[in-house]
Amino acid sequence: MKTRSAKGWLYLLPAILFLGVFMVYPLLDVFVYSVEEGYNSASQTYFGVGLYNFSYVLHDPYFLQALKNTLLLVAITVPLSTGIALLISVALSSIQKLKDLYQTVFFLPYVTNTLAVGLVFMILFKKTAYSDGLINLLINTFGGKSVDFIDGPYWAKMFVLCFYTIWIVMPFKILILTSALASVNQDYYNAAKVDGTSRWRIFWKITLPMISPTVFYLVITGFIGAFKAYSDAVALFGTDLNAAGMNTIVGYVYDMLYGDSGGYPSYASAAAILLFAIVLTITCINLMVSKKKVYY
Amino acid sequence: MKIVLDHLTKKFPSRNKKSSDEVIAVNDFTFEIPDGKLVGLLGPSGCGKSTTLNLICGLQMPTSGKIFFGDDDVTKLPPENRGVGLVFQNYALYPHLTVRQNIRFPLENLKGDKKLSKEEMNKKVEEAAHLVQLDGLLERKPKEMSGGQQQRVAIARALVKMPRVLLLDEPLSNLDARLRLQTREEIRRIQKETGITTIFVTHDQEEAMSISDMIVVMKDGIIQQIDKPQEVYDDPVNLFVAKFLGTPAINVFKGKVEGGKLYIGEDAVLDVPGVEDRKVYIGVRPEGFIPDEDGPLHCHLNAIEVMGRDVSVVSTNEACENTVIRSIIPSDSAVTPKDGVVRFSLKPYKVFMFDAETEKRIEYPAK
Repeated sequence: MKTRSAKGWLYLLPAILFLGVFMVYPLLDVFVYSVEEGYNSASQTYFGVGLYNFSYVLHDPYFLQALKNTLLLVAITVPLSTGIALLISVALSSIQKLKDLYQTVFFLPYVTNTLAVGLVFMILFKKTAYSDGLINLLINTFGGKSVDFIDGPYWAKMFVLCFYTIWIVMPFKILILTSALASVNQDYYNAAKVDGTSRWRIFWKITLPMISPTVFYLVITGFIGAFKAYSDAVALFGTDLNAAGMNTIVGYVYDMLYGDSGGYPSYASAAAILLFAIVLTITCINLMVSKKKVYY
Repeated sequence: MKIVLDHLTKKFPSRNKKSSDEVIAVNDFTFEIPDGKLVGLLGPSGCGKSTTLNLICGLQMPTSGKIFFGDDDVTKLPPENRGVGLVFQNYALYPHLTVRQNIRFPLENLKGDKKLSKEEMNKKVEEAAHLVQLDGLLERKPKEMSGGQQQRVAIARALVKMPRVLLLDEPLSNLDARLRLQTREEIRRIQKETGITTIFVTHDQEEAMSISDMIVVMKDGIIQQIDKPQEVYDDPVNLFVAKFLGTPAINVFKGKVEGGKLYIGEDAVLDVPGVEDRKVYIGVRPEGFIPDEDGPLHCHLNAIEVMGRDVSVVSTNEACENTVIRSIIPSDSAVTPKDGVVRFSLKPYKVFMFDAETEKRIEYPAK
């Protein structure tokens, strides 16, 4: 028995080593950094141990702005993207003609180059010397005034960021949901049909409960993904997110480490720990809700 | 409610896009099911039984032909307006709902002046549950129940709206042997109690024979024979029906008619006066053999299986199409093989003659 378990550990060794060096050690290190006050990365020294870093971060207006942005982004994009993806998937699975074409169209954003996506969004939203962008053109046709979506008011920038995020995460969700819908046994629908169930009721009482594990998976990963948003904001508003007022928590962590005002691994670590705490709390709440609403 | 199928046909386009052949699942069905009867649709896999059921309940639309419930033409009606209850082979119980919610589901769909109050619904649910003997199990989830119980929930759900017609698709095939016996009696009892015209689909001839008032034997989308179970067994119209019904299966021999005598190999087993000389298939039911020291049919004895009440004699004969001949004889009649050869005489009314080419039954005056 002993040799067997020794062998087992031996086989696990490469994975454990890899995870240990690149996952567990850095994770622990973040905790250590976050409580070391006045840490200097050049001299590798610090004054003492305490919670000052957290206090600093929580009083930093940039962090509070980033927190607000992130929470807003999460609150808007997760339900919207999941809801719209569900709608599109249901529509997709109920059509026969051109199904493959539409599936391809909806999946395109997933395989499209980020630069190309950025370009498209520029054409849509960006004000240049020559044009105000397609969306503004549209607004103008309906008699509205041009809005500067990239350098303009906060709500306009937030709208673009949410729009972009939803658009980017949608294909994956549609893909997953379409396959979940396809796996629901047709007999349930036939049974409901014979009993004269309305389409609305079939959706709420049969389809949704049947695919609830998948929806739940998408909500959880959606929350986590949205909390970790950063690159999308950079793609839209450039690297100086603090100045644009569109920073996210992960962006704040990055800036604290490498940005122009960077070089503060302790503050970055504290912010990262705060993010971790928030995501953990939300996921726990999700799990509790899912116990009541998800049928496996 | 009597059900009439009038030249009902269902064709499916071929799966192979290159060939334009259509698959005819149901081919020109015309028959009438009298009110309050239990009818079994019987046939091998792929013979169109389930398609027929789907046509009757409206989940599929016929290519041509008409369906009547009573005097109402329901051919064009959607399933919910036909007043049918359908029990699926896998039961299709909603796994996330309790038994009570499952049975109540059809009632909650009712709209307008048919809408029921909560109390009325609960009363109906409890009545249906009582009918299928599920009292006290209403708060369970389907997965917490046995297969037989799930089956009964499915029947209760189909019955709760008091349908005009109850349809069961392979109702017993997901149950183990003992439950199958129990449940088929149960289905019979429920059908009798409610008096609802019931059609069920099965590939198990024993199941169909045991509980049906009438069976419809099908093959390749074509009706072979419709009659009472015993009639079909005693009087099959062709070789297929004869082979399909009965356990153990009928023993089929190659043979010929010559000069008014029926030959299996060299043995003249029966007198068949008035039948022209020709090649035939001869079907002999297992209970049609009488061990007889002077009997005309010679067979090589393989084994004698004692089954208590009866004895099963396993033997071979070169003319036999089955691998072995199985004959069932009462255990008190003696089998006395001589040099490994056992001789039988045959009961004429248990012997059927079929044309070797058309496989249709050839009638002869049995003595």
